[in-house]
Amino acid sequence: MRISWSSIFDALLPLIATLTALAVGAVMLVLLGANPLVAYGALIEGAFGSFNAVADTIVKATPLLLVGIGICIAFRAGVINIGGEGQMILGGLSSIALGLAFPNVPGIIMIPVALLVGFIAGGLWGGIPGYLKARFNVNEILSTIMLNVIAIQLMNLLLRGPLIQPNQKGAAAIPQTARLAVEYDLPRLIPTRLHLGALIAIILAVAVYFFLWRTTIGYRIRAVGLNASASRYAGIKVERYIVLSLMLSGAFSGLAGAIQVYGVNHFMITDGTAASFTGSAGFNGIVAALFGQLHPIGAIPASFLFGALLVGANKLQRVVQVPAALITALNGLVVVFVVSSEIWRRKNARKRAIRELEEKLANVAHNSSPEGGDKDAG
Amino acid sequence: MLADLFTGSVLIGLLASGIRLATPYLYAAIGETFGQRSGVLNLGVDGIMLMGAFSAFYVVFKTGDLVGGVLLAMLVGLLMGLAMAFISVTLNAEQGISGIGVYLFGLGMSDLLFQKLINNVQTVSGFPVAPIPFLSDIPIVGQIFFTHNVLVYGAYLLVPIAWFVLNKTTLGLKIKAVGENPEAADTLGVSVAKIRYLTVTIGGLLSGVAGASLSIALLNVFQFNLTNGLGFIAIALVYFGGWRPTWVLMGSLIFSFVNALQIWVQVVGIPIPSDIAVMTPYILTIVVLVISAQRVRPPSALTKAYERLE
Repeated sequence: MRISWSSIFDALLPLIATLTALAVGAVMLVLLGANPLVAYGALIEGAFGSFNAVADTIVKATPLLLVGIGICIAFRAGVINIGGEGQMILGGLSSIALGLAFPNVPGIIMIPVALLVGFIAGGLWGGIPGYLKARFNVNEILSTIMLNVIAIQLMNLLLRGPLIQPNQKGAAAIPQTARLAVEYDLPRLIPTRLHLGALIAIILAVAVYFFLWRTTIGYRIRAVGLNASASRYAGIKVERYIVLSLMLSGAFSGLAGAIQVYGVNHFMITDGTAASFTGSAGFNGIVAALFGQLHPIGAIPASFLFGALLVGANKLQRVVQVPAALITALNGLVVVFVVSSEIWRRKNARKRAIRELEEKLANVAHNSSPEGGDKDAG
Repeated sequence: MLADLFTGSVLIGLLASGIRLATPYLYAAIGETFGQRSGVLNLGVDGIMLMGAFSAFYVVFKTGDLVGGVLLAMLVGLLMGLAMAFISVTLNAEQGISGIGVYLFGLGMSDLLFQKLINNVQTVSGFPVAPIPFLSDIPIVGQIFFTHNVLVYGAYLLVPIAWFVLNKTTLGLKIKAVGENPEAADTLGVSVAKIRYLTVTIGGLLSGVAGASLSIALLNVFQFNLTNGLGFIAIALVYFGGWRPTWVLMGSLIFSFVNALQIWVQVVGIPIPSDIAVMTPYILTIVVLVISAQRVRPPSALTKAYERLE
């Protein structure tokens, strides 16, 4: 196999798409009266300027990676999971409920159990659209979006009611939980905000790679995504794998929520939106996964990059007085550009296939006797 | 006690606000119906609505010009629809994901502009109530149906127009052909790309108006994420309506009546947690999606890019 220019171009497509988005961002910055060089300089400094900044970037990247590897599983199975926000919330709620209910268990037991509970809760929440799609043919994009809103309301309900911090009472009560026991904090890796969750996410990304490419179940998930009717013909129970992939996808988002609670916040508070808890990781995880070409290993650097964008956005906002919402808009553009750039990948793939075919035919013609190498081979 | 609260005038008020609240859903969902009928799922509706809502609000906030506000919202919606058409038709991008990109762009961009140009939550005086002469004098019926603002009437006018275009014109026939069997339509000389560009752009334009109807006719404010996912519900209503304008109207009405009821329940202080009340329409939407998925089949080519073999 020789490496052609076109395959290098393919690998660089997401990067080109992102640079294009940043170029559009630069134009927007100019229109908003800010110097793009200063703005992007502030962004880079905010994300990488110090030891703490890098640690914050990794902390911000962790939920993106966890949601992102879940997205890889779902998209590889041909289902689109837009429900990361809701699944994260369910993971956060269930794990914090457990930790608050049992405050006197050794951390070494509680932490893994709580993370597992978050994983399962997210999986069940993701299983609902999976089941609705498999059983009733309900469009999963729409059902996951509806379930996001339902999850937000569930969070508001629980944080105002059963989970509210005991001393918050009356009309002025802030809808927040008590802080989890300090023994339940995820261990810090180095003396920054960087916690064990980042390492867990990276290990799981590698594990999901092996799962998707080295196991029968993973192979079937990808087969369903590539061609559902052919898979059905080959005896794969397509519906089962649709449910499974959405459950797994939801489970990783749920774990992201649990890790957010045990590793970063240690309590939950709501202002009525999902973003106050998730930081929109349920959406941005999709961006990271797409950027990583729906490959769990590729999602690792991609999450790091988008974590950096998010952390740097705050600095950008302070330095050039441009709202951090710019980064949300640019993330949208990255998605559009990455998905749109697929057309060149397909064109290249087609060209390569044709060229390989021509070479093969040329070889056949060359190796066979003159009467065998007639022209109807093409 | 419930009977005391549920008097005739309350009921009329509820029905009237149900009619009014259906407005943004109708604009967005009817627009999306055109696109989906031709085979394009535009998931960016909510983002386009937000941009439309902001543009209209900004014009009215600065100049008080209501018509100008709607026109700018239309223009912004049209441009974003055109962009979506370019992405999904010319570049053949995956529609589900690229639509989310358009949504994120609209969400971020409208917030960015809002923070930069206005910065705090303000109200404007939006479209005034314009009772229709004579009809609004009819007792009860007049109050429910004919005492609204112009954008509300426009939304309901759109339904028969959409029905007529889709079912009684050559253009409608072409749209449906392109959505059901693009290869065949292409063979018969219908330009798949042209039709899809047209429908998605119209959808964008109407989504812009849907946004404007929120910010300068119903709520008369703008804030971050004003639509709160309303555009996604509009898409669900298109599925519920089986891609037919009349059923989309039915779906929008059911949804907005439930919403009006939900708001009323909160206002009069019936002891149901507000979170559950807010949740109800969304649960209802999922139930409705389950039912409608059994009833009708989507256009065959929906979400499928059409690549012409040269």
